[in-house]
Order: sequence, then structure tokens, then C-alpha cells
Amino acid sequence: MLKKISTLPFDGTPEQEAKLVEYINGIRDQQGCLMPIMQEAQAIYGYLPLEAQQIIARELEISVEEVYGIATFYAQFALTPKGKYNISVCLGTACYVKGAQALVDRITQVLGIAPDECTADGKFSLEACRCIGACGLAPVLTINDDVYGRLTDKDIDDILKKYE
Amino acid sequence: MENVNITINGMPLSVPANYTILEAARLAGIEIPTLCHMKGRNEIGACRICVVEVEKARSLVAACVMPVSEGMVIKTNSKKVMESRKMTIELLLSNHNRSCLQCVRSGNCELQTLAFEFGVEDAGRFDGAKTESTEDTSAAHLIRDNSKCILCRRCVAACHTQTAVIGANNRGFDTVIGSAFNKDLNDVACISCGQCITACPTGALRERDDTQKVFDAINDPTKHVVIQTAPAVRAALGEEFGMEIGTNVEGKMVAALRRLGFDKVFDTDFSADLTIMEEATEFLDRVQNGGVLPLITSCSPGWIRYCEQFYPDMLDNLSSCKSPQQMFGAVVKTYYAEKNGIDPKDIFSVSVMPCTAKKYEIARDDQSAAGVPDLDATITTRELARMIKKARIQFTKLPDEQFDNPLGEDTGAAVIFGATGGVMEAALRTAVDTLTGKDNESYEFTEVRGMEGVKEATYDVAGLKINVAVASGTDNAKKVLDAVKSGEKNYHFIEIMGCPGGCINGGGQPIHSQAEWATIDIKGLRAKALYDQDASMPIRKSHQNPMIKTIYDEYFEKPGSHKAHEILHTSYKAQTNTIK
Repeated sequence: MLKKISTLPFDGTPEQEAKLVEYINGIRDQQGCLMPIMQEAQAIYGYLPLEAQQIIARELEISVEEVYGIATFYAQFALTPKGKYNISVCLGTACYVKGAQALVDRITQVLGIAPDECTADGKFSLEACRCIGACGLAPVLTINDDVYGRLTDKDIDDILKKYE
Repeated sequence: MENVNITINGMPLSVPANYTILEAARLAGIEIPTLCHMKGRNEIGACRICVVEVEKARSLVAACVMPVSEGMVIKTNSKKVMESRKMTIELLLSNHNRSCLQCVRSGNCELQTLAFEFGVEDAGRFDGAKTESTEDTSAAHLIRDNSKCILCRRCVAACHTQTAVIGANNRGFDTVIGSAFNKDLNDVACISCGQCITACPTGALRERDDTQKVFDAINDPTKHVVIQTAPAVRAALGEEFGMEIGTNVEGKMVAALRRLGFDKVFDTDFSADLTIMEEATEFLDRVQNGGVLPLITSCSPGWIRYCEQFYPDMLDNLSSCKSPQQMFGAVVKTYYAEKNGIDPKDIFSVSVMPCTAKKYEIARDDQSAAGVPDLDATITTRELARMIKKARIQFTKLPDEQFDNPLGEDTGAAVIFGATGGVMEAALRTAVDTLTGKDNESYEFTEVRGMEGVKEATYDVAGLKINVAVASGTDNAKKVLDAVKSGEKNYHFIEIMGCPGGCINGGGQPIHSQAEWATIDIKGLRAKALYDQDASMPIRKSHQNPMIKTIYDEYFEKPGSHKAHEILHTSYKAQTNTIK
């Protein structure tokens, strides 16, 4: 699947950059250091925006394309930020047959974001995930660490209100 | 290296132990087909066209990456091998934009050749989902059409030693060759060298074709159409017409251009000599008056674009001389126009170049000496061949003709501009004579010749010690520049060309298969054609070109004069916005 690229402005801080550079300095001589550096960058920024990839490229003296090629190859790397509240809707087999797609559709309708997108205010992000091992609660979604099960699309509005 | 004994198709063979099956088969007279393989540069065994049967191996193996071993028994054209290769071709074709009739690479496409050789009857046998056709037309020099891409990654390998602005993005069926964050080529640090085009086995990458523009100008009776030809073009154009690599076709090229209808057929060699006059003067001025050193040549627009993006702090080291192409254009629309009473606006000035970056260069700022652009169009060696073929001019049967005067006079010094080290050697020939004040016998500076990426030499000229370096390809340029910046090296004069091997290997030159690249010294043969011509010429030093003397007497006064600066020199700007 093609990764979505965030259109939100970059809001990284000098402190975040310093933290990333410090991490790179500690690991740069190791062979294969690029992957852990990208993981660290994602931990710092929440995703891998162009600006973060440029820092990595600059520090390792490689091209941004080399970083980007890897960022788009592995599912673990995101090019869109996570919101303060990350909504993860399970689209695994059990949840899907129980109507999880309707949950996604309703969230998209209410918040105006599709999967792998983040609201402009940075509050909510939406992602589709595969089985989280709670099939007995299907269809299920999580918001950060809160789990909601046995849902229909009618429940969505009330759940979202709790996070306002 | 010790040898091992192997058997290929039943024939016993002793081959060096470090050979791959692909290389060993060549010794047996068998060229195993490949698509992704580039010797020493892209050895990824990805395309599976080169598979062969090896006894006791579990499955077919990729000949391009599998080393030989003692007792290996190999079959290169068994039924199993042939069926596998054919199916691989059919699978590649299933996601290939098969508009071969309209494709610029038709007849010179490695995929098309294989499909034909393997007798693919139904190219759509495995048709299914197709990669969306996304044409990138943002760059001045090339067009990328990913619907013709077979993901061999040869362009990526070619770019990797240049600026590495392209790579494989996404995964699985979504994989596309592109730049970071799907940016257009124009928004990334591409230097327009076109090395990716000559690496591409199909029509996924092609130069922006300007031949129609040129045909239109020729057919416009109000236009005075002049053409100039770069040194490296004559060393390669014949390849497009089946002539042996390394054949110098200067005379036939001139004849063909005349038959195409150009009003004047001139030689960029003339302005190469002019470049030497200006650059040698600039160099001696900087040496004698404490100017910024090392001086770095500015003939290669790919290199200039690299410097502006990656070494903006070294722009003062660049010679302010325009490239020979631009100098020529400037002279045509000033001196030549005035002398012949032609309004510069009525001149359509064309160049044929081994280079794709020249398409970018003609639109640069500060390249319009007469108030109109110095050049109106530039075509590559390949495009010229296309024009000649379209006009049905029988190239190989043409007589050898001479360039028009006055701007067709040249010297051996100018001819060798086309090979890495040539500009340096030409400049040294003139600098040595200038410093010693006499006509020296020693013409040849062989230390700066050859295809190595970085060459160094020190010359003692009239008591002055001059350290020179020559680099071609931007990875080698980087090595030299970093050594200068760190203080490790102390050069006075550096020649840098954007393409590996210099202009003879430019991105606009005829395209060859990787099998040819692996078995023929293409760069060396093209360079030899130029050095041979140099050796055969009566005048081999730029400052002895009679027309150069005339143009300074009649027009520019002397090298480095105010007028020369206004017309023959340019300026540079740091480019920091592109994505690197």
C-alpha cells in the first residue's frame, strides 16, 4: 500500500533535532546504523517528516532518497504524524466481518480524516490495524490505551466526545 | 588468480576462480542475456533473465552473480532455462507500457530485443494490474515514464555515484523509481547529467527531444540557422549508424548537417580554443595576483549544477568562463552577427552535444550576451542521429566535408576537450607557452590522460610549480573537493567533468547494452578517436589557432578584456533549495 505523506507543517524543535543528532553520533560508526536511527527519529518526532529525513541524510552523508526508500519500504515507518489521540480500528478478519469498516467510515465522516491521516489541530489520528487479539470484542478499536469493543457506528460520536 | 575447471553446455573450460558464470560463459562464446546487471555497479541478480541450470543446484541460478566453482556443470540454454527466461520476459511485459511503435528506444530496447529473440507471441499473456503511468516532465533534460520501467535499478546505480537523487520507493507492486517524497526531478539535486538515460534498458528514461524545434527553424526562411558540434560528438555519432566504436566521423557529420539544411556548420572546437585563451589568462592572473585558487574549470554544466548545490562555498573557485557551447553561442550572436550584418534575433543557434545538461544550461541566467539567449536549442548526439535518419541521409556513404569558416577553425587542443583531462592538457599547452614566452615542443601531458576517476600531476613551468588534478564523475569531484577543503591537497588548477570519463561518456551519447559495456572499452575507444585526431593535426595549441588571433585582433582586443568578460564570461549562484 502506498504511504500517505503528511501535508501538515513541520513543527519540530531544535531540542528534538539535538536529541536525534546526539543519537546519531553515538551509533554512526556501526554498520547498518540507518534503521535504528530512523526508528529513533520516529520515536522523537512521532513520524518521519522530510525535515527529519534530511537531518539523517545530512549527518550520515547520504541522500534523502536513500532514507526515503527505506521509510516507504517498511510498514513500521510513518510519513504522517500521530495525533494526541491515536485511533486504531481493527480490520482483522473477525472485526471486519462484524462491520469494522462502518466504524472507520463514521470516524472519517466526523473527523474528516482518512486512515493514516491526522487532524490539522494534531488532536486525532486514524489508522487501520490488523488483529489485536480481542476478537471476542469484535468489532474493536483502541484510542491510545483505551479499548472499546462490540461497537456499531452509532457508538462513535459518544466515544469521540470523551476526548474533547 | 588460479583457475577452476567447469563444464558449459558439455564443453570443458578452465576459467579464473573469481569469475561469475556470466563471465565464464563469455569465454565459451556465449553471451547470457541480462537486464539488471551492470558490471561492478549493479550486481543484484534481480531480473532473473540470466538464469542457468547448474547441476546439483536446487533451482535455476542467476549467472550474473553466481561465482564459478571447481567441477561446476552448467547448462545455459536447456529447455528449462529457455522456458524460465521466456516466462520472465512475459511477466515483465505484463506490466509494461507496450507502446513500442511510438517509443524512442524501439530498435534499441533490451526488453524488446529479448521479447523478439525468445519469440514472445502474446505479450499480454499475463496481463493484469498495471503500474500507473506517471510521467515526470519537470526537468529540462529528461522525461521519465514509469509505465515503461522494469525496475532493474540500473538508473539508480548510475545515479548513485552522481547525486543519488533517485531510488526505489514503496514496496511490492507499488514500487516505483523516484525521488524522496515523490518530488519532481526539478525539485531535487539532479544535475541533469543523463547518466540514468544511458543506463536504462527500455524507454522509461529519455532525453527531452528538441529535434522538431530544430527542423522548424531550418524550415523557417526568416531564420539564419547555425549549428556547432562538440568534440565528443564526432567520436560517437558513427555508432548510431553501425560504425565501429571509436570511429571519428567529423567529415561525415559535417556533410550530414549541411544536407539537413543548416546555413552554417561550425565547430565548438573553435570556442574550446577561445575558452582556453580566457581560462589560461584567468589562471595565470589568479596565480600571479593572489586570486582564489585552485581554479576549477567550468565547461561541464552538470558539474556546475553539482557545485552550486553541494559546494556553494566554492563558487569563487569556478572559472568565470562560459562553457564552450555558450561562448560559441555568444560569439555567433555578437561578433559573427555584426560581421555579417545579421540581426541576432534572426539567428537560430543550435548545438549538438554529447550532453543532456546542456539543455538545462541554455536556459541559465547570465547567458545572453546579445540580449537574446546565446543558444536557441541544443540536441544530443542521439537526437542528431534521429534527425539524420528521419531525413534519410545515408550517413555512412557521405563524403567527408569541412566545417564552414570562420568559426570552423580548430586545433588539437580543442578536440581533446571531449575526454577527461583534455581541458587541462589544452590549458597547460597554452599556459606553458605563455609563461615561458616561446613555442615549446612538448605538447603532450600524458599524466592527465586516461579513464581513472582522479588524476594528479605536478608540472614545473618556468620555475613555477603547478599542482593539477583532474576528476570526472561527481563522486570523484567530491573526493578532490573534500581534499582541497580539508587542506590535505594543495592544487592550483582542477578540471572537473560531471560525467565519468568526460564528455565522450556524456548522457546524450549513443546507448549501448550492458553486454557491450562489459566487453568493449567504449569510453577508451571514443577518447582514443579524439587523441588520434589531436596527434594528426598541424596546429595543436589553442593560442596558435589563426581564427583565435583574428577574433582578438578584430573584436575582443585581448584575453580577459572588458569586452571578453561581458560576452564570454558568466556568474554562478548557490542553489540551496533543492532536496539532496
